Amino acid sequence: MTTALFAQYLFAGITYGILYAIVAIGFNIIYNTTGIINFAQGEFVMLGGMIAITFNALFPLPVAIILAVMTTMLIGAAIEMIFIRWLDSPSVLRMIIITIGISILIRELALHIWGESVRALPYFQGNEISSVRILGTNISPQVLWVIGTCSVIVVCLSIFFKFTSLGREMRACSANRVAATLCGIDTKNMITFSFMLSAGIGALAGCVMSPITYTQYDGGTGMAIKGFTVAILGGLGNSMAAVAAGLLLGIIEAFSISVVPLAFQDAISISILLIILFIRPHGIFGRSDIARLKEF
Amino acid sequence: MKKMLRSVFWNIVALSTLTVMALFPFGAQAETIKIGAILAVTGPASFLGGPESRTLQMLVEEYNAAGGINGNKIELIIKDSGANPAKAISFAKQLIEEEKVFAILGPSTSGETMKIKKIMEQGKTILLSCAAAEVIVNPVAKYVFKTPQKDSHAVQKIYTTMNDLGIKKIAVLVGNTGFGKAGKGQLLKAAPEYGIDVVISEVYDKKSTDLSAVVAKLMAKKGIQAVVNWSIVPAQGILAKNMRQAGWDVPLFQSHGFGNIKYVQAGGAAAEGIIFPAGRLLVSDVLPDSNPQKSLLMKYKQDYENKFNEPASTFGGHAYDAFMILARAIEKAGTDREAVRDAIENMNGMVGTGGIFNFSPTDHNGLDIDAFAMLTVKDGKFVLYNK
Repeated sequence: MTTALFAQYLFAGITYGILYAIVAIGFNIIYNTTGIINFAQGEFVMLGGMIAITFNALFPLPVAIILAVMTTMLIGAAIEMIFIRWLDSPSVLRMIIITIGISILIRELALHIWGESVRALPYFQGNEISSVRILGTNISPQVLWVIGTCSVIVVCLSIFFKFTSLGREMRACSANRVAATLCGIDTKNMITFSFMLSAGIGALAGCVMSPITYTQYDGGTGMAIKGFTVAILGGLGNSMAAVAAGLLLGIIEAFSISVVPLAFQDAISISILLIILFIRPHGIFGRSDIARLKEF
Repeated sequence: MKKMLRSVFWNIVALSTLTVMALFPFGAQAETIKIGAILAVTGPASFLGGPESRTLQMLVEEYNAAGGINGNKIELIIKDSGANPAKAISFAKQLIEEEKVFAILGPSTSGETMKIKKIMEQGKTILLSCAAAEVIVNPVAKYVFKTPQKDSHAVQKIYTTMNDLGIKKIAVLVGNTGFGKAGKGQLLKAAPEYGIDVVISEVYDKKSTDLSAVVAKLMAKKGIQAVVNWSIVPAQGILAKNMRQAGWDVPLFQSHGFGNIKYVQAGGAAAEGIIFPAGRLLVSDVLPDSNPQKSLLMKYKQDYENKFNEPASTFGGHAYDAFMILARAIEKAGTDREAVRDAIENMNGMVGTGGIFNFSPTDHNGLDIDAFAMLTVKDGKFVLYNK
C-alpha cells in the first residue's frame, strides 16, 4: 500500500470516526447527568442541519449556523420540559421508550416541514470539488472543518465539566441525584440544561457534516446507531474516550474496505461492538469498578 | 391448516371477484373507479415516490374536474410504503382484498414490485409498476406492466457510449436495493458483448453518507477508465463528490436513476459532466418541435412545476405514464378489468413521458432502446450528451 493510498483510507476513516464521535459525545452528556440514553440524539443532528439550511436562505452561513444551534437547543429544552421533567424518578426502560418515541415524533414532523428531499449546506470553503493536498492525497477542506469543530467541542466540554461550577453541578447530578439535591443543586434544571447542551452539540455537528453527508429527514437514525456504538465502545459517559473510540471504529471501517467488499463495512463495526461487549462490557476506556456502581 | 388457509384465501378471492363484478356491471353506467397506488413517498426512495404521488394527485384532480374517465369519477388511494417490501406486500393485499381496487399504480422500487408480482397475479388485478428493473416484465406476468424504460436498454446505451469514447476497463458500484442488484446483473452480463472489462464491482448500503474509502479502493486499481454507479439513492451525488475531491477525474456514468435535478443540485460542482441515460422529459425544452413527445413533455413539466413549485423529474413521469395508460385503456374498454387488461396489452403508439409505448403479449414494458437519450450535466442543468 502506497503512502498516498494509506493516507486516503486514513482520512476517510477519520472523517467517519469524527462524525460518530461527535454524536457519541451528545449521548454522553445526557447520560452523564441523567443516566439515560437519549435515542433522539440523531434527530438533533438532523434538526441542526435542516434548520441551518432553512436559515441559510435568509442569513449568511455563520449566522444561519448559530441560529440553528440556538433553535435546536431550545427544542432540546422544550422536549425535556414537555416529556421528561414532570416524571417522578422514571425507570431506565421507560426513559428509553420515551426517547425513542420522541425521535420518531421529530422525524415525522421534519418530514412534514421539509419534505422527503435531500438538502445540504454549502461547503464552508470552496465547493464540492475543491480539495487540499495532505500527505500526497486529496481531501475536502470540509473534513478539516469537521475535525477542527470536533476538537474544539471536546476541549471546551472537558474544561466546562472540570472547571466551571455549572459543569461540576451537572456531574454531581450524575454521581448521585439525591445527594446533589441535598447540596442545593436544582437537578431538574441541570437535566434540562444537559438536553440543551447535547442538542446544541448535535446541531453543530449536523451543520458541519451536512455538506459531506447531506441532510435528510431520516438521516439521524443511522448516525445515532453508529454514535451509540462508539459511546458504548469508549465507555459511556467519557467524551475523550468517545473520540478515541470513534476514530478507532472509523479507521477500522475505512481500512476494512481495502481487504473485504464494501458491503461488509457495517458488519465489521457491529462485530467489533459485540466483541467489546463480551470482553470489556464497560468499554475500552471505561473502568469496570466504576461501571459496577452505575444503575445502567 | 395451511391447506385450509389457502382454500379460505381462494374463497375470499373468488368472493371479492364476484363482488367486484357485481359492483362493476357491464355497460356505461357512471360509477367511481377506485385506483390504488403503492409509492415510496417517504424513506430512502422518496426521490421517486414523492414526485410520483404528487403527479397522480394532480392527474386525478384534473380528470375528476373534467368529469372523470368516460363519466366515471376516480378515487385514488395512495399508500406510502417507505420503499419497504414488507409494507408493499401488506398494502397490495389490503388494496386488492379490502379496497377492491380496479388497478394498482406503483410501487416505486423494483424490490417492492418483485415482491408483489405474484400477489397481483393471484388477485387478478392490473399492476402498472413505476420501477425500472427488467425482471418485473421478464418473464411476462399476465397482470403486471411497467412504465420506466428497461435497465438492459440503459446498460446498452451506456456501453455504446463507452465504446465511442474508447473506454475498456470500468468499475461498477451499486446500491444494495432491488434496482442496484438488477442493474449489477445487467452490467456484468452485457459487458463482454461490448468488449468491456469490469475490473471491480462493489455494493454499498443505500443509506451510505460517505464513499471516500471505496473511492480510494477503486483508485488503487490501475487502469480504470470510467466508473458506473447504479442506484436511486442520494449516494449518487455523494460518490461524485468523493471522486472529485480525491482528485479522480475519470468519467462517471450513472443509471437512469439519476434523472432528478435535485441530485444535481445536491452534487453541485461535482455533478458536472456525469453521463447517464434518461427519458427526454429532462431535456424537453431543447427537443426539436418535430419530436412526437415534445408537446406532452412540455405540458406535464409546466403543469407539475406550476402546481408544486419544484422541478419535474422522470420519476413523476413514470407515474404519469402509468396513469395515462390505464385511463386510455379504460376509455377504450370500459370498466371491465379483463377488457382493460387486454386493451393495455394491445396498446400501440401511446405517447408518454418515458417514450412511445407499444405493448404486446410478450412485451409488458412497450418501450424500445430509443426511449433513452444520453444526457449529461452542464452548468447545473441536464443537457443532451454529445461526444
